[in-house]
Amino acid sequence: MKNHYQLLIIGGGPAGLAAATIAAKDGISCAVLDEQPTLGGQIYRAIESIPEQRAKKLGSEYRRGKNIAEAFRLSDAEYYPNTKVWSLNNQREVGILQNDKASILSADQVIVASGAMERPVPFPGWTLPGVMQAGAGQILYKSAGIVPDNGVVLAGSGPLLLLLAWQYLHAGVEVKALLDVTPLSNHIGALPKFPRALLAHHYLTKGIGYQIALKRAGIPMLFGVSDLRADGDGVCQSVGFKHSGKQKTIESELLLTHFGVIPHIWLTQSAGCKHQWDDSQQCWRPEHDEWGNTDISGILVAGDGAGINGARSAEHAGRLAGLEALFALGVINQSERDNRGVKERKWVRGERHIRPFLEKYYQIPKKLLATDIDETIICRCEEIAAGEIRQAVRDGHDNTNQVKFFTRCGMGPCQGRQCSNAVAHLVADESGKSVKEMGHFRGRPPVAPLTLEQLATLKQEVAE
Amino acid sequence: MNSDVIIIGGGLMGSSIALQLAMRGCQCIVIDKASPGRHSSGVSAGGLRLLNRDPAEIPLSVEASKMWRDITSLVDSDCDARFPGQIRVAENKADMEKLEQRAALVRSLGYEHEEIIGKQELYQLVPALAPHCIGALINRTDGYARPYHALTAFRRKAESLGVKYYPSTEVYNVEKEAEIWSLKTSQGIFSSPILVNCAGAWANKFATSLGEAVPLEQKALMLMVTERLPHFVDPVMGAASRKLSFKQMQNGSLIIGGALVAKLDFAKEKTDIDWAQLAKSADTVISFFPQLKQVRIVRAWAGIEGFMPDNIPVLGQSQTHQNAYHAFGFSAHGFQLSPVIGKIMSQLILDGQAELPIEPFNINRFN
Ligand SMILES: Cc1cc2nc3c(=O)[nH]c(=O)nc-3n(C[C@H](O)[C@H](O)[C@H](O)COP(=O)(O)OP(=O)(O)OC[C@H]3O[C@@H](n4cnc5c(N)ncnc54)[C@H](O)[C@@H]3O)c2cc1C
Repeated sequence: MKNHYQLLIIGGGPAGLAAATIAAKDGISCAVLDEQPTLGGQIYRAIESIPEQRAKKLGSEYRRGKNIAEAFRLSDAEYYPNTKVWSLNNQREVGILQNDKASILSADQVIVASGAMERPVPFPGWTLPGVMQAGAGQILYKSAGIVPDNGVVLAGSGPLLLLLAWQYLHAGVEVKALLDVTPLSNHIGALPKFPRALLAHHYLTKGIGYQIALKRAGIPMLFGVSDLRADGDGVCQSVGFKHSGKQKTIESELLLTHFGVIPHIWLTQSAGCKHQWDDSQQCWRPEHDEWGNTDISGILVAGDGAGINGARSAEHAGRLAGLEALFALGVINQSERDNRGVKERKWVRGERHIRPFLEKYYQIPKKLLATDIDETIICRCEEIAAGEIRQAVRDGHDNTNQVKFFTRCGMGPCQGRQCSNAVAHLVADESGKSVKEMGHFRGRPPVAPLTLEQLATLKQEVAE
Repeated sequence: MNSDVIIIGGGLMGSSIALQLAMRGCQCIVIDKASPGRHSSGVSAGGLRLLNRDPAEIPLSVEASKMWRDITSLVDSDCDARFPGQIRVAENKADMEKLEQRAALVRSLGYEHEEIIGKQELYQLVPALAPHCIGALINRTDGYARPYHALTAFRRKAESLGVKYYPSTEVYNVEKEAEIWSLKTSQGIFSSPILVNCAGAWANKFATSLGEAVPLEQKALMLMVTERLPHFVDPVMGAASRKLSFKQMQNGSLIIGGALVAKLDFAKEKTDIDWAQLAKSADTVISFFPQLKQVRIVRAWAGIEGFMPDNIPVLGQSQTHQNAYHAFGFSAHGFQLSPVIGKIMSQLILDGQAELPIEPFNINRFN
């Protein structure tokens, strides 16, 4: 590994791999860093090592990753798995951790392709063991073939929930119920966006296909569910909710929830890139142009980390960012960049067709984002409940950073990843303002925790 | 907007002065370009340290220490203050001699608060400490509080007595006409007969417009915080000859400092953590507490503070204008002093003199 690269790419999912594949030619020094042991990112996790049998069960969209991985392997890019990036600054210095050793690399161009994370939504009981995010369930399945043996309740909103139910169905898992918390009014609200979505009908047919399969298999699918909660004595024992005006309970040791995904903005935030609130996607994302340029020169974003558009779009956006990096490095000129980017730009726009519909259809109701149940834990690291956050706002701490200072929410080891959005929604709700006005927690490095001993190894690096 | 006194800067100093003035019936306005506590005052390490003060600061710091012990009676909140003492450990003979000299100096000034302790007492107080240390200097009354809580308490109390805060209001310039100060701000003109400059790292701008510029330097001090740990150390820890400043806070997390500075773009107020420095700091912590090797650092930040070349603040009346006052340049240790600063500055403003000696802090001292 070198100390300096012309191009560093953070994240080995479809965006990062596509960017590296297009850029790592003609002697460009380029490396892809990823904290996972294998390449493929979240969606194509374990793609190179998975048994064919399991890959089949995961569906054709998953197997698409094979081609991406193969093309990447043929490129000149260096690839560093098990490499945790813990800092990025506006000078394009990248702090990494490998085998418990910390070091700092630099680059002329950095493409942040750090993907998305599941949107954490606090509800009563969400911190009980046995309540997990659906993505975690999916990862266990993809990388280790582990599935729940005592059945599962799936709850939340968004296409991944449907996909996971379908994958579990094929793996022989008992899906006790699928509880969709999106209000029925969303479906009507999404109608005007439907004609544009038809331009991307392959997504719609896929979604409908999953639903039909689930229905045929007799899996109870309840829509318009509200008042979701998990209960139990120290662990999850049952799932409570309201449906058609009635209070219901299902016994289950496992509740997997999913409330859509949001960009992983911690790196761009720590670099000081400008971010904007996206009302439609209900999340913050870095500001960027079509080529992925942020407001900081030499720092680009691609894929879901730039805004949620899915795996295929990430691939195209990755190539665009790769071309832009080559252009910035003076390897290709503007017209070459533009020519090679024509199709990719068209495809990126094409991939957007379905989004307004999906975003409206799966929009998380405000009551879930800003819970009105004061006892609900919001910050699980520091054990701060919703009521304390609302009280801090009533006491005059009227933006998210002041509330953080005062209550300590967001100051634990997860560095606010689990609570920052919920806090922003609560503060906005309590003060009657918009989330946009309330701002986001200021990013504090390190982006991933490292131990005192690991950090101390950096000193030797510098001294040598 | 008119009032008796206008204070530029809603940090702890501005708030403490406003509170004391309001307690004496004075109408005050506090103007801040950000939200109060956004800078040093809200993000400090919260250390209440009388130990190892500059001799000029000792009388003030001793009084401040008393005020912190009874802070609830002043601001209706205990600011989450604790007083487990503060220690500077000696690792070798040379260290010990240095500490003994210091203790002798303090005694010669007529104070008893800095005491030498031997190895045995040191390890009784801090059993978790690595075994190589041989003694320490201690002040048993020192401690820490939560900075943003303290700032909030001072502010709320001041507001309850009629002080008006104007956050997000940047003062662009100050002018005097017929003995009245007129401040041009991002939210319009403010005027008053008395002006107090508590603008922290930005204070030289106003000193300059009063014709008495000072060599104030802006630096961004770094701190790092770890995950929460079971309680294992009481006193605030420092070392005689190494950069160590370290405490276990109320919630169990460790705050690690030690006068390390980040890269700072002052105009943009952007700080960039200098990891190589923090790595040294991590190494120092481990050498005093090897059991902390696996503890995770969850956050590092830097706060912008104003430093004077002699590391003591500017306090007192302007030397160019009778009805203007300064309190800035606290050089990384203003938190502890904040209650007493309000007291003496309000005395100076309302009575013409302060009960404690402030000559060493004269704004003219570098001329
Ligand atoms: C990381 C760190 C750790 C520290 N640890 C300790 C410690 O452990 N113990 C201790 O005693 N001290 C500590 N300190 C020092 C202490 O925090 C400061 O000395 C003290 O808070 C200074 O208070 P202040 O009100 O003068 O400054 P500030 O809190 O900086 O307030 C100045 C205010 O002026 C405002 N302002 C500036 N220009 C303008 C303008 N043009 N118009 C309007 N408003 C303006 C600013 O927005 C700011 O809010 C630490 C400081 C830092 C940065």
